[in-house]
Amino acid sequence: MDQELILAAQGVRYRYPGATGDALGGVSLTVRRGDLVAVLGPNGSGKTTLLRVALGALVPAAGSALVAGRPAAAWTRRELARLVGVVPQREETVFPQRVREAVLLGRYPHLSMFGAERPADHEAVNRALAQCDAGHLAGRWMATLSGGEYQRVRVARALAQEPRLLVLDEPTMSLDVRHEMELFELVRGLVDRSALAVVLVTHHVNLAARFADRVLLLDGGRAAGEGAPAEVLTRETVERVFAWPVAMATYQGAPQMIPQRRRSDA
Amino acid sequence: MKWVGLAALAVLALALAVLLGPAHVPVGELLRSPIVRDLRLPRAVLAFLVGGSLGVAGASLQALVRNPLADPYLLGLSGGASLGAVAAIALHVGGPWALPFAAFIGALAAMALVYRLGLVGGAELDPRVLVLAGVAVGAFAAAVSTAIVSLSEATALRNAFLWLWGGLSGANWDTVLALCLYAPLPLAVLFAAARPLDLLALGEEPAGYLGVDVAVLKRWVYVAASLLTAAAVAVSGVIGFVGLIVPHIGRLLWGHRHRALLPVAFLGGGTLLSLADTVARVAVAPRELPVGIVTALVGVPVFALLLRRWTRN
Repeated sequence: MDQELILAAQGVRYRYPGATGDALGGVSLTVRRGDLVAVLGPNGSGKTTLLRVALGALVPAAGSALVAGRPAAAWTRRELARLVGVVPQREETVFPQRVREAVLLGRYPHLSMFGAERPADHEAVNRALAQCDAGHLAGRWMATLSGGEYQRVRVARALAQEPRLLVLDEPTMSLDVRHEMELFELVRGLVDRSALAVVLVTHHVNLAARFADRVLLLDGGRAAGEGAPAEVLTRETVERVFAWPVAMATYQGAPQMIPQRRRSDA
Repeated sequence: MKWVGLAALAVLALALAVLLGPAHVPVGELLRSPIVRDLRLPRAVLAFLVGGSLGVAGASLQALVRNPLADPYLLGLSGGASLGAVAAIALHVGGPWALPFAAFIGALAAMALVYRLGLVGGAELDPRVLVLAGVAVGAFAAAVSTAIVSLSEATALRNAFLWLWGGLSGANWDTVLALCLYAPLPLAVLFAAARPLDLLALGEEPAGYLGVDVAVLKRWVYVAASLLTAAAVAVSGVIGFVGLIVPHIGRLLWGHRHRALLPVAFLGGGTLLSLADTVARVAVAPRELPVGIVTALVGVPVFALLLRRWTRN
């Protein structure tokens, strides 16, 4: 078996209970060690659904979803959490919490039921915080963090799981340019330095084109293209998928999309 | 240090419960007095166990439904237990165990019904559905209980009313033994769930990605907390506010991590209820106040203070 292969979804089909159409109509996604794959697509194109199916939270009606060579749903949640760290789009804060405690939650899949955290767990937390340049935040309350700091801490929590695959679901939503760039640089750096694999769901076509090794472009639950950014992100494809006229340019070797004004450019 | 303080407070509460009472027992006679041995001591221990159980059940359910205002009765158990007890009183079912048994059955029936409703529409015990189902089942059971009470004779009515407000006057070593054999299992389940409950506070999907089997966790916590509450209601009636207030005081002083919070809720709940029961026995001696009234009189002002604190943040 291919040891480098971490995520392998093949022809995955899924329909939510009660829905009339397929949320996913036969999509494939392959992620190897050291890959940074961006999943792009308009709202409702199936990006989050694909993550849920690929990670075993939903069971596909057809196709297969393998994590490290085994069906995603066959792993226990604990085993899966040691392989894959996820930074979901949303989470709740019912009770106040400090940053160090929040990141320590990432050690849960490594702990026994009644056992306390060991020194190794605290070291893993420190390493994860340092990797995300968040060591100085350790004593702060989560509620006092800025948007960018908050996302870095959540990435640190996923890294504390010591996963082989990191999955980020729209991590730069509502971040300004600097924090957006910092987060993309952080993720790219993690992939380059530690050979972690990353799946990044994002709306930023241009940043994905510059930072990702490969992109998967989804359109209505189907793949409109998969491969190197320059191959997938052509003007025709981007215009069709996002239903908006665009011009394409190339910046430092990466395709960049410039949305057109409707009237002045017509 | 905080732990030492809590332990000292617990010992003090138990000591006061044994020392104080309507009958004067000299300190030198304490160990030989049948009043202490057969009445005060089992009652103090029972109060402690019931209070502790309610504290742990409340803390767990607050985490389960992710709502800080949840208490052990939120999910309709008190309504079911009351209906069972009132029905037993109205039907003149005899025997020392009839009332607790009827209340226990009523609570279990309510628990099963709310659990079933929580699974409606394929939802895996959706907390919002659970809360609504609990309120609905509780209201229905309360309506039926009130109907029964309004149709029964005056003495039965008074008994039922007093039972509803809770009391530990039925305590003896048999009830203590029964609870000692019964409570450890649900308590162990909840203590084992401490760490996953921390994660559940993030929401069900994030908790799942961090390694928690959320569906299994919710089922076990719901059943264990309900079984604990059902037993507490069966031996002592509906004692409010312990299960709501104690977890919050615990969170303010110990933080929200359940590995500390659940033991604190047990010790704190036990301490609060034994103190409240001592007040209930002594305040208007030789008569007794229902202990639920004492916990509410203490609990409501504390709760109002806590609410102010939250709204300010």
